[in-house]
Amino acid sequence: MQGLAQAIERIFYDESGRILAALIADLRDFELAQDVLQDAFAVALVRWAEGIPRNPAGWLYVTARRKALDRLRRDSKHSHDPDLLDALASADTVSADELDSIPDERLKLMFTCCHPALAREVQIALTLNTIGGLSVPEAARAFLTEPATMAQRLVRAKRKIRDAGIPYDVPPLKALPERLETLQAVIYLIFNEGYGATHGEALIREELCIEAIRLGRILADLMPGAESLGLLALLLLHHSRRRARVREGRLVLLEAQDRALWDKAEIADGIALLDRALELRQSGPYQIQAAIASLHAQAPDSASTDWAQISALYGALYRHLPSPVVALNRAVAIAEAFGCETGLTRLEALGEDAFMQRYYLYHAARADLLRRSARYTDALAAYQRALDLCQNAVETSFLAGRITEVKAIIQG
Amino acid sequence: MQYMFLIYGDETAEARQSADERAAVLNEYFAFAREARQRGMMLAGDELQATRHAKTVRKRDGKLTVTTGPFAETREQLGGFFVLDCQDLDEALDMARKIPAARHGAVEVRPITTYERR
Repeated sequence: MQGLAQAIERIFYDESGRILAALIADLRDFELAQDVLQDAFAVALVRWAEGIPRNPAGWLYVTARRKALDRLRRDSKHSHDPDLLDALASADTVSADELDSIPDERLKLMFTCCHPALAREVQIALTLNTIGGLSVPEAARAFLTEPATMAQRLVRAKRKIRDAGIPYDVPPLKALPERLETLQAVIYLIFNEGYGATHGEALIREELCIEAIRLGRILADLMPGAESLGLLALLLLHHSRRRARVREGRLVLLEAQDRALWDKAEIADGIALLDRALELRQSGPYQIQAAIASLHAQAPDSASTDWAQISALYGALYRHLPSPVVALNRAVAIAEAFGCETGLTRLEALGEDAFMQRYYLYHAARADLLRRSARYTDALAAYQRALDLCQNAVETSFLAGRITEVKAIIQG
Repeated sequence: MQYMFLIYGDETAEARQSADERAAVLNEYFAFAREARQRGMMLAGDELQATRHAKTVRKRDGKLTVTTGPFAETREQLGGFFVLDCQDLDEALDMARKIPAARHGAVEVRPITTYERR
């Protein structure tokens, strides 16, 4: 029995997104579709004790549709669309063995979950809970909310989709670029929540990264545009460093990471995807960031990294995303490629911006270059400024360590 | 699905419009209404008279009060409406974009829960 429950759990994880997407297309109702899919899994738990069917996903889909028909017929309070009941009834004659494949409606599901009429946190929660494999308690844990709050957020979202008439469809061509950007942003945010977050349980954070990669892969398979391929490449290349990023609970900077711990298979996968994206000749921020990550991934160590190329790529990225963070990264790459002095000159220019003056990473980057240029007194002041502005516990302890080091050199 | 389009604008600014300006805006509204009718969406749509003609009715503890003016004083006032039958929210938002007030005022789009007429 243990084995059966595990097998069903596995099938749920692998197939539920696809089955659910097809059910919503049939039923036009998120809540009903999720309920009947649950019903179907409950039946499977009993029936499959005699043996798992040849086509488990098809079996679940057919069973869920039958459950939907039962529910709709029993529910006399509401009048239901007779066409829907007819369609379900006629589909009911098809057995799971006769069903060739479940129609793949996952793109419709993704676009609906990421509809601009829904708030960003709702888009994320809904995506994870429907197309992704996160249950309500798991999604709640990932975003540090109570399961009841998360459940309510999801119920409201599903009702809004129904009551406001949010379409279950891939957007028309003229709206597609913008809608696709939202979808990519949601996937990227899910990854970052898992990868960069300084809170939450380690396990669920890793799950979020894996979910984001899975979603990115679905998108790249079903709609292989340059930026979708680039996004997946970027996620894989970042994810490949996960084992080297943390040592004894502390964040390890890229240059100090043990590159033997990097995941070679993921790196190869990411680079191959990036190559496919670049062949399409439609540049975009995810591809550029993936290209930067791929240069790091291919370098045997920090010193032999192609920093000149990286600084040029940051320049290109800045044209797409003119943010202070990108400008700062570019200055750091310039320092690596052309020397600390050149980097410092660039940083001084950036420092005229009020945002930079309040941004701890600016001061930390400047402090680092000053330290490496043996200007220890200036470095100490900059580290201190960075420490005063920093809110993140892991980074604070890193900066405090540097301050101790530099003080020792000055007094030494 | 039915959607209501609530059209907001600054009525004091509109009152200062010249006859030509007013005619130009009206023509845009007529063109919009024509399109909605041709596409079979139009269920209702009209302009509201100025808020100074509004009466607000409240009944509290059995006591009826009728005050002059709208429910709340705001910078932009409800000045007109459409009720359109649209395929889905995307089509409704696409129509909202074409209402002239989207440019100088605001258009609120609200899905309507329809009850069967008894």
